[in-house]
Amino acid sequence: MNVRTRSALKLGLRYAIAIAITLFFLFPIYWLFMISFKTADEIYAYPPVWWPSTLQFGSYAVLFRDGDADTVWNSLVVSGVSTVLAMFFGTICAYSLARFRTGGDHLANWIISQRMVPPIAIVFPVFLLYVWLKLVDTYAGMILLYTAFNLPYVIWMMRGYVLDIPVALEESALVDGCSRWAVIWKVVFPMCRAGLFATAIFTFVFAWNDFIFALVLTRTEVTTYTVQVTHYFGGQSNFWSKISAMSVLGTLPIFVIVGFMQRYLVRGISLGAVKG
Amino acid sequence: MAATAGRSGDRGFRYSLVAPSIVILLLIGVFPLVYLLVVSFQGITMMETDTSFHGLLNYRLLFSDARLWQSLLHTIVFTVVALPIELGLGLAMAQLFIDRLPGRQVFVALLVLPVVVSPIVAGATWSLMFDNRFGPVNEIIGWIAGKEMPLLWTVKPDLVYVAILVAEIWQWTPFMFLLLLAALSRVDRSQLEAAQIDGAGYWRTFFRIVLPAIWPVMAVAILIRGLDLFRLFDIVWALTKGGPGTMTETISIFTYVKGFQQFETSYTAAVALLIIVLLSVLVLTALRRVSLSR
Repeated sequence: MNVRTRSALKLGLRYAIAIAITLFFLFPIYWLFMISFKTADEIYAYPPVWWPSTLQFGSYAVLFRDGDADTVWNSLVVSGVSTVLAMFFGTICAYSLARFRTGGDHLANWIISQRMVPPIAIVFPVFLLYVWLKLVDTYAGMILLYTAFNLPYVIWMMRGYVLDIPVALEESALVDGCSRWAVIWKVVFPMCRAGLFATAIFTFVFAWNDFIFALVLTRTEVTTYTVQVTHYFGGQSNFWSKISAMSVLGTLPIFVIVGFMQRYLVRGISLGAVKG
Repeated sequence: MAATAGRSGDRGFRYSLVAPSIVILLLIGVFPLVYLLVVSFQGITMMETDTSFHGLLNYRLLFSDARLWQSLLHTIVFTVVALPIELGLGLAMAQLFIDRLPGRQVFVALLVLPVVVSPIVAGATWSLMFDNRFGPVNEIIGWIAGKEMPLLWTVKPDLVYVAILVAEIWQWTPFMFLLLLAALSRVDRSQLEAAQIDGAGYWRTFFRIVLPAIWPVMAVAILIRGLDLFRLFDIVWALTKGGPGTMTETISIFTYVKGFQQFETSYTAAVALLIIVLLSVLVLTALRRVSLSR
């Protein structure tokens, strides 16, 4: 066996392993998605049906008819608005930390440490606060909480992106007579557009995928899709088609978004420790 | 910008930039902590709103609460089992993908999908997978065993930990993989080649050159995942709700049950503070060794 066939064999073997691993990680997602397209008979068939004979959209029709699908809209509102707020306040704060070293390392460390507190320890006192402020089960309450929860992440990430911008650009804009605010709008924001975009996506995904905050702080008015999914859990009579269809409605948008931003993924999920 | 710093107008400007964020973080981050502290010294339960000073009563109760310490133990078990497995598998996968492999981008794009699924959905997915009768897991085990295997994954005490760990490891191994792949691709190739020429074996090269080079990223990955596992809630909630009994109850689930199902408000405040103190000690210890900043 010469060197060439050996390296070809090795590559083939690595391909086989790579495909096997990928199948393992994708199969549960396939299974989840597929159940939403099955008929009830196929869902509760023994042995299980691995490939539905036809694509049924009945599960989705039920969710839209009963208004359950509105919870996806609620997720969109609270995640979207909180992302915009966190991005704006977080980025100007990050700019100040990066350029002027406002508060020094202490302030920066304090901010990132806010992110490390377990959600359950935050949500419990916040719940008591919200009962008092009448913010339980309101858009405003959820938006405020997600904004606060995501601020440390935004500040941390954007600080890194701002530090990547050459200071000379801002200085020349100042010399040209731009005000401080104009420098931020006309130089900083455009220069770290990619960073803003990537960070916003992650901020959105964190809020979108959250369960525990929504579980505690919503009742009926602003229930998010993650909480709605758990409404179908229960004993023997699992509403599997609803669990599946609701999960697909919540998961598919994330898959689409992530598909478009592979480039920024590594830096985003490693809290900026690895530049992608 | 040293030249322009120091003007009083600048000072006002830079503080006005951080002000909104600080206010929000104080409101949602710090005020609740203070409130938590106050409530933990009171005696509020579902039945009564007793706001008189109870001293350290709730804190004394912490020590004798077996269920609390068990939930902490469960959390530690999940962490010390899942974290090394995720790290090991992630590293092995990264090694597999680091050499030339046409179509690698496609594999990576697909492998990352579990990470971005909401953990509660991941838990729901695995509860469908693990169903004793209609799930594919038992079906596959049945093929291997050659007979029907109606295993009750989320009910049987000896299986339930495996079920939760499989779901957890499934979701987060790709996270480790992604970070370690990025780290490996930054290892200096010329050093590896030099080591090869010197006749160093695979493991020697790995421990002497590769591991030190990827360690900073690895440490951050361990820190992020360690913190996530410490707050483990969603996957367990979807699969078992902490059951059977309280067998898989994590510290986060315990706190939720105490605070929002049994309404032991003041006691829960003490529990939440305990969690924060424990975590702070852990994080400060870890951060002495690892630095997130460049």
